[in-house]
Amino acid sequence: MKKGAALYLDGITVTFDGFRALNNLSLIVEPGELRAVIGPNGAGKTTMMDVITGKTRPDSGTARFGDHDLTRLDETRIANLGIGRKFQKPTMFDALTVFENLELALKAPRGTLAALHWRLSGEARERIDEVLHEIGLTERAKDRAGILSHGQRQWLEIGMLLMQDPQLLLVDEPVAGMTDQETEHTAALLRRIAGQRSVVVVEHDLEFVRALGRKVTVLHEGTVLSEGPIDQVQEDPRVIDVYLGR
Amino acid sequence: MQGLSSLRFNLRFALLALILVLLLLPPILNALPAGHPLRISDFVVAVTGKWICYAILALSIDLAWGYAGILSLGHGAFFALGGYAMGMHLMRMIGNRGVYGHPVLPDFMVFLGYKELPWYWLGFEYFPFAMLMALLVPGALAGLVGWLAFRSRITGVYLSIITQAMTYALMLAFFRNDMGFGGNNGFTDFKDLLGVPLNTPSARAGLYLAALGALLITLLISAHVVNSKFGRLLIAIRDAESRVRFLGYDVTAFKLFVFVLSAMMAGLAGALYVPIVGIINPGEFSPGNSIEAVVWVAFGGRGTLIGAILGAFSVNALKTWLTSFAPDLWLLVLGALFIIVTLLLPRGLIGLSWRRRT
Repeated sequence: MKKGAALYLDGITVTFDGFRALNNLSLIVEPGELRAVIGPNGAGKTTMMDVITGKTRPDSGTARFGDHDLTRLDETRIANLGIGRKFQKPTMFDALTVFENLELALKAPRGTLAALHWRLSGEARERIDEVLHEIGLTERAKDRAGILSHGQRQWLEIGMLLMQDPQLLLVDEPVAGMTDQETEHTAALLRRIAGQRSVVVVEHDLEFVRALGRKVTVLHEGTVLSEGPIDQVQEDPRVIDVYLGR
Repeated sequence: MQGLSSLRFNLRFALLALILVLLLLPPILNALPAGHPLRISDFVVAVTGKWICYAILALSIDLAWGYAGILSLGHGAFFALGGYAMGMHLMRMIGNRGVYGHPVLPDFMVFLGYKELPWYWLGFEYFPFAMLMALLVPGALAGLVGWLAFRSRITGVYLSIITQAMTYALMLAFFRNDMGFGGNNGFTDFKDLLGVPLNTPSARAGLYLAALGALLITLLISAHVVNSKFGRLLIAIRDAESRVRFLGYDVTAFKLFVFVLSAMMAGLAGALYVPIVGIINPGEFSPGNSIEAVVWVAFGGRGTLIGAILGAFSVNALKTWLTSFAPDLWLLVLGALFIIVTLLLPRGLIGLSWRRRT
């Protein structure tokens, strides 16, 4: 085990009704690293995220974040450890405004009474405005999230992650259904975010992964097939065989 | 956009103020001398007072269902438990004026051969204790059922079925004579409350105004809750519960908080209801009552607070009018009402006033 690894998965196996969604999966993400995870449908990308965030318990294997054993904690506790997750299908609170969505995500005491007595401080407002600017939704702050375009929803969800001020961001297919321009914008956004935090991006879109320009992990049938820079991975015969070659 | 939403807000506020002012009229006009053309009868005061209690119950359901998405089909049980707590106090206040003239035991206990008061009747001779129990017992039951259900992430229709089973089980239990709550006759023949005979005009006006005050207070509490970040979290939980967990909130604690608060409001409503109608029996636990209360909220418009109040008054006005000449039709009309609201008015009556919204 590398010292100081932000995220450490070793020998994770998850079985659903006899189907091995993850098969002896091992992965290390360093602090501040931006990592892309690619793989065909059913490769186990989303299940891997489920294990990291406590939604799914692995049958065997180790999942650690710093000193914490992720296999023993629930979603709420893991979120409070500093692991934020963006879902494949953008999930936010459509009945609330963009601003209110960010406000709920803002790092602040999470108790019931704290929520009852919550007053928006100038500092909190500044932080929200900052993130609104970063994700390019300043103009839409007072609109209900339900009326945003698909791309804007993706950014709002990334913004909600930023509000949580996590150490590790898990981002599931952020550019699915985006225009080329939106995709570029998103890649730039994620590159800016990485550095102070670790980011794991799961994506199908190879152009986007290339635009990220960092280390790539290829999953296949629940296990790591290849790992390295995108050019090297694209030339790996095993990868060409199962994924890129078609 | 801003202007439109503040206009909507003002409309809502004006409607609310109008309802509250109108509700002040019955006891005032009831005080006019008999034969005066504007005089409102004792019956109307009692019926309107009953509806105010129903409005508090509707408000409590709206808080849990309209905001947090907890569709309880057992809120009638919390209402009835509050009613029973008040009923126990009223029974103790009868003193030796019962048919059997026993100084301590209520008539039904003498009849069933009780030698002394069961332990769980102790303390109910004190009004503050009884009121406290009217809040705490429903709150504790909601806390227990909610904790078991929310912790196991039981939601939606499964939770609704559990709450139905809860009220049904309580109904069967309260029907039993050996429970010590008067069996199927329940409690009645109350004499006085806080030293005031219940059949006097001043008691009628006092009970009415107490209910109206309670409606106002519960409305203010509910408004405070839903307008806080807590309220926005309830909406978030209603629409995407697991997403709220990934934000690091303990969803179970939030749901439990609002469910217990809601049950206590329902208990308060029941406690105010019993002296107004003069009787409480296990029929109040019947599953149909809880479902009917949910229909009020759906009809008025859920997730708006004021819609719940509006729904409670309008559906009950319809019921009182209809059952005066065709009582057999009521359940059919209630069912039809629910279907119409679901298909045509998903936002309820209150939704009619701002249809254009998105």
